[in-house]
Amino acid sequence: MSTAVLDGHAADDSSEHDHGPAKGWRRWLYATNHKDIGSMYLIFSLLMFFFGGSMALVIRTELFTPGLQFIDPAFFNQMTTMHALIMVFGAVMPAFVGLANWMIPLMIGAPDMALPRMNNWSFWILPVAFTILASTLFMPGGAPASGWTMYPPLVLQTGDAFPFLIFSVHLMGISSIMGAINVIVTIINMRAPDMSLLKMPMFVWTWLITAYLLLAVMPVLAGGVTMLLTDQFFGTSFFLAAGGGDPVMFQHIFWFFGHPEVYIMILPAFGVVSEIIPTFSRKPLFGHDSMVYAASSIAFLSFIVWAHHMFTTGMPLTGQMFFMFSTLLIAVPTGVKVFNWMATMWKGSMTFETPMLFSLGFLFLFTIGGFSGLMLAIVPADIQYHDSYFVVAHFHYVLVPGSIFGLMAAVYYWIPKWTGYFYNERLGQIHFWLSTIFVNVTFFPMHFLGLAGMPRRIPDYSTQFADFNSIASIGAIGFGFSQLLFVYIVFQCVRKKGAVATQEVWDNPQGLEWTVPSPAPYHTFDTPPKVTAETAFS
Amino acid sequence: MSHADDHYYVPHQSHWPIVGSAGLFFLMVGVSVWLNGADSGFWVMMVGVAIVVFMLIGWFGEVIGESEGGRYNNQVDMSFRMGMFWFIFSEVMFFAAFFGALFYARNMAVPWLGGDSNNFFTNLLVWGGFENTWPTNGPGNVGGEFEKMGPFGLPLINTTILLTSSVTVSIAHHALLHGQRNLLKIMLAATFLLGFVFVFLQAEEYIEAYEHMNLKLTTGIYGSTFFMLTGFHGMHVTIGAIMLTIIWLRVMKGHFTPDRHFAFEATAWYWHFVDVVWVGLYVFVYWM
Repeated sequence: MSTAVLDGHAADDSSEHDHGPAKGWRRWLYATNHKDIGSMYLIFSLLMFFFGGSMALVIRTELFTPGLQFIDPAFFNQMTTMHALIMVFGAVMPAFVGLANWMIPLMIGAPDMALPRMNNWSFWILPVAFTILASTLFMPGGAPASGWTMYPPLVLQTGDAFPFLIFSVHLMGISSIMGAINVIVTIINMRAPDMSLLKMPMFVWTWLITAYLLLAVMPVLAGGVTMLLTDQFFGTSFFLAAGGGDPVMFQHIFWFFGHPEVYIMILPAFGVVSEIIPTFSRKPLFGHDSMVYAASSIAFLSFIVWAHHMFTTGMPLTGQMFFMFSTLLIAVPTGVKVFNWMATMWKGSMTFETPMLFSLGFLFLFTIGGFSGLMLAIVPADIQYHDSYFVVAHFHYVLVPGSIFGLMAAVYYWIPKWTGYFYNERLGQIHFWLSTIFVNVTFFPMHFLGLAGMPRRIPDYSTQFADFNSIASIGAIGFGFSQLLFVYIVFQCVRKKGAVATQEVWDNPQGLEWTVPSPAPYHTFDTPPKVTAETAFS
Repeated sequence: MSHADDHYYVPHQSHWPIVGSAGLFFLMVGVSVWLNGADSGFWVMMVGVAIVVFMLIGWFGEVIGESEGGRYNNQVDMSFRMGMFWFIFSEVMFFAAFFGALFYARNMAVPWLGGDSNNFFTNLLVWGGFENTWPTNGPGNVGGEFEKMGPFGLPLINTTILLTSSVTVSIAHHALLHGQRNLLKIMLAATFLLGFVFVFLQAEEYIEAYEHMNLKLTTGIYGSTFFMLTGFHGMHVTIGAIMLTIIWLRVMKGHFTPDRHFAFEATAWYWHFVDVVWVGLYVFVYWM
């Protein structure tokens, strides 16, 4: 503080650095502290995870046996739509933003995010957006039921919920764009002076790339849903063939957003796993720089593959060929990443604490999702698989044991740094095994259902699909209730029950976040830290 | 500058973001209710607009006060610059969606409706031999017969106005850098006046289109893309002109120095951005 004492503004400035959090609700509503905002993001996403998850259980309960038992088909469609919207925009994305808020400043030696007040706004728009979205469940005509992809003309049949759907998507987009700007500016402008870009940890790198993806595609989604709105209320013809438009054009716009979006949801998980596997293998990450190039290549390719979601819409053969080959090309950088993780473990002195277990689960199960993605990318095969349960199996394998396992691993890995206390290792491992077993029980049979011809998004099905559907429903209920154990484990850490964590927490992990005390003080890195060989990556 | 540059600056807490969230809540709910046909929604929306405007004035006012109080060091200045740059990038992508719709309609959707590619029989049987032309309101003749908005007349004048305003804002910037405050004031005033003239002429053009050319938002894909692209652009010009006006008022109050004037530059970037978008519009919407 000594430099600041010399001028007239010293008093309020220095007090800002020294005092702890504000008292009461002001701490949260007026928050500018990256750790507070990170915690709010994480708690919000956990709530949304259970909200969206309970809808998944409604779906699986209805599908437990053939025939309609509990809910009518219209409500079933509302559940599939809302489940997806809430899980994508309310659970997975905010959870990763929460991790970014907590960890990026700690990992690059910054005092906070670069734009702390905008950071607050990014967060507090989300409860508004999801209040609006959730309220549609009680409106005439019910919640949106068109699928989260919002294809016209079906989505234009939504009842009173329609404008609320559009504007809640706008709000989510505004929140994501501001969050992405904050991440980019923080990483580019706030790094400790000797931390060059290629010395950054992989989690920071993957988030930087993710933020660019968000910035490039969220506005396109906003444009697309705006066209839906004007088609519905102001008589435009964007998606109306009679007026010279094309409903398929919406699919192009949506998936131009939608495909980078799936990498937005997985790249930060790649970053998390790239932090955890080296720590528990007690070896530096194999091929750090090639990981950076691989993630960048994936991000670039994600912009030129979107129409592989639309192979059956009747596009020209050259289009199908282009999007098939560009999609298959993504396997190359993804393969680089998977092999680098394996090479990191090679001859390492490995231990299998919960974060490592979730990372290994991620590695195996995400790769299954990647392989089924390759199958779907092949045009003649996709024409068979399209809109079947095989697709449902594929994207749940990359999202649940992919993104969600990445998030779980991250929480177990960093929660001693956040709270100062270890989670219960035994319970953590039980949580891992329950999750892993049930996730496979839920989603693996869906591959068979899809290959046998069961379409997605239907409340009833032919009796030949009964057995696998029952198994999947049992798995879903098991998976859902296993997550309550996770809440209990986290809650115990927050209540300071458990072994006290040291500053390093794990066995000699790499990175600046392990040079501050556990729990991390309210303000860290008031002055830029020195980056040493111990804390620099590359 | 109160801070030595080796010391980080972290701003104090603020209630403006939560006020902004509340404003957005009323705004979005109000618009939605209104669109669903209930007039009460309009008033809810206006409450939201009022809160958002109140938030903008309060939040920017606080930041301007802190900036003039010398609270921000060079690192904060750089954060603001990068933030503005990437915000403009996101705006570019928003316009890209609508330009994309225009290109898709002209190069894919309309030719296919006209029987291109493998659509010969669809064209013959469903669309009654509709021919691929541009501009078009589609095989359904949606909105009725209309005239095309040509590149000459008002659009050409508007192009000249906006390009000129980009020059004047650059002259103003140079004047600021060299301490020529009078030139700065005149050129900045010229810039936002040109901006408002542009918006006025754009409104005239719309009136002409609606009253004499039967060219409306509902005129098929041509009307949709024409009005949505020029409309969102006009909205951005309006916002930019308001920003320029505020910067001008700040200049009149003696704000900004040759080496510290982030807000001026951010606004100038924004102005160049709406200018570049207009050039794209002029070429692809009016001309080609």
